[in-house]
Amino acid sequence: MKEVPAKAITDAVAALAIKACCRLPEEMAEALEKARETEPSATGGDVLDQLVRNAQIAADEEVPICQDTGLAVVFADIGQDVHIVGGNFEDAINEGVRRGYVDGYLRKSSVAEPLFERKNTGDNTPAVIHVRIVPGDKIRIRLAPKGAGSENKSVLKMLVPADGIEGVRKVVLDAVETAGPNSCPPMVVGVGIGGNMELACLCAKRAAARDVGTHNEDPRYAAFEDELLEMVNKSGIGPQGLGGETTAVAVNVEWAPTHIASLPCAVNINCHAARHAEAVI
Amino acid sequence: MAEPKRIRAPFDDETARSLRAGDSVLVSGTILAARDAAHKRLVECLDKGEKLPVDLTGQVVYYVGPTPAKPGHAIGSAGPTTAGRMDAYTPRLIREGLKGMIGKGYRKPEVVEAMKEHGVPYLAAVGGAGALIARSIKSYTVLAWPELGPEALALMEVEDFPAIVVIDSLGCNYYEAGQKPYRKI
Repeated sequence: MKEVPAKAITDAVAALAIKACCRLPEEMAEALEKARETEPSATGGDVLDQLVRNAQIAADEEVPICQDTGLAVVFADIGQDVHIVGGNFEDAINEGVRRGYVDGYLRKSSVAEPLFERKNTGDNTPAVIHVRIVPGDKIRIRLAPKGAGSENKSVLKMLVPADGIEGVRKVVLDAVETAGPNSCPPMVVGVGIGGNMELACLCAKRAAARDVGTHNEDPRYAAFEDELLEMVNKSGIGPQGLGGETTAVAVNVEWAPTHIASLPCAVNINCHAARHAEAVI
Repeated sequence: MAEPKRIRAPFDDETARSLRAGDSVLVSGTILAARDAAHKRLVECLDKGEKLPVDLTGQVVYYVGPTPAKPGHAIGSAGPTTAGRMDAYTPRLIREGLKGMIGKGYRKPEVVEAMKEHGVPYLAAVGGAGALIARSIKSYTVLAWPELGPEALALMEVEDFPAIVVIDSLGCNYYEAGQKPYRKI
């Protein structure tokens, strides 16, 4: 067993929180610049221009790209030969979030309880943690801060097999059109197909957090991603919903085996500040 | 893009009614910062017949919950939040004198009706451009409810704050007009 001190996890998460919130992933910055060259709407082009400048200022001054520095969503792939010592895994993650959000001047957007008091926890904890146990002796942590403007437009539809490909197309288009300017387009659209209720949502979330420019490993789904992207870019929504051809820079699909009677379809939209950062311990 | 109009906030009636959907503007003066929790409290104050922490007459509210300011900065990142979440409270505040709103995203028909009735425009700032927008914010002073953190009611001095009129006081909607030429489905 390889021993990993809990403190190493805390240190990594604190650094990832600041990096993810202040530095737009390179591939997303490139996608915005590319869109600026092709966007035919003058207003849309102006918006894209502002977004490119904004990302530059954020990186230069180490300030957040967007004030909604989100809930801290953590995807942790833990090698089965790892033994975490000197503390609990979840406590270590949350301590990292606390430190990153306080030291990095990030916004604390977490309330302790959703319905009655909604009191801010003051340190952006707790994180939303998704764990997988994988072969190996390393821990891979991907931190994807997720703002609510886009998260609030998430959709789950329990389609049936007869709805088929057309049914999925309609769910994706409806989700994007309902979201419109509220989700800060140009977006990254995460689509989860199959599984059951919660697995479809998790697939959509993982898809939304995937790097722009990557495709699903299955060529049929990869082609479907391109087709869906072309479809949503015909909606006319455009940058910030002010009109144009750049409504999304990517539609990412993740899928899972499903029940003979089911075709769950979930959509999780990411805004143009499609933030994530990753570390391997 | 056409040269932006320079306007002052708070808005007088003439300024508010002169803005047209699609106009680019640069706002200078003072604006309020309030979002979900502060809106809820403002309306609770009105329901109880209490005096509001600020007179809303002519005020422009910016839906924002900024990140904490780094040392030497007036404010942290400060882009607009989704306006639609404030729809439940907005007609009431418009009747109290609110004269302009800055946010992002669609509004409900009842908000647009109140805007038309009272001559109030709704402007959009670029969502997610919080670092850029912060450069036009010169000060940030909490007026009430500091315990709400980023949701506190605050007053901001702004200089050439960039925005675009998306729904004007006649109810014309630039989201609809802007998207239509590019819609191909």
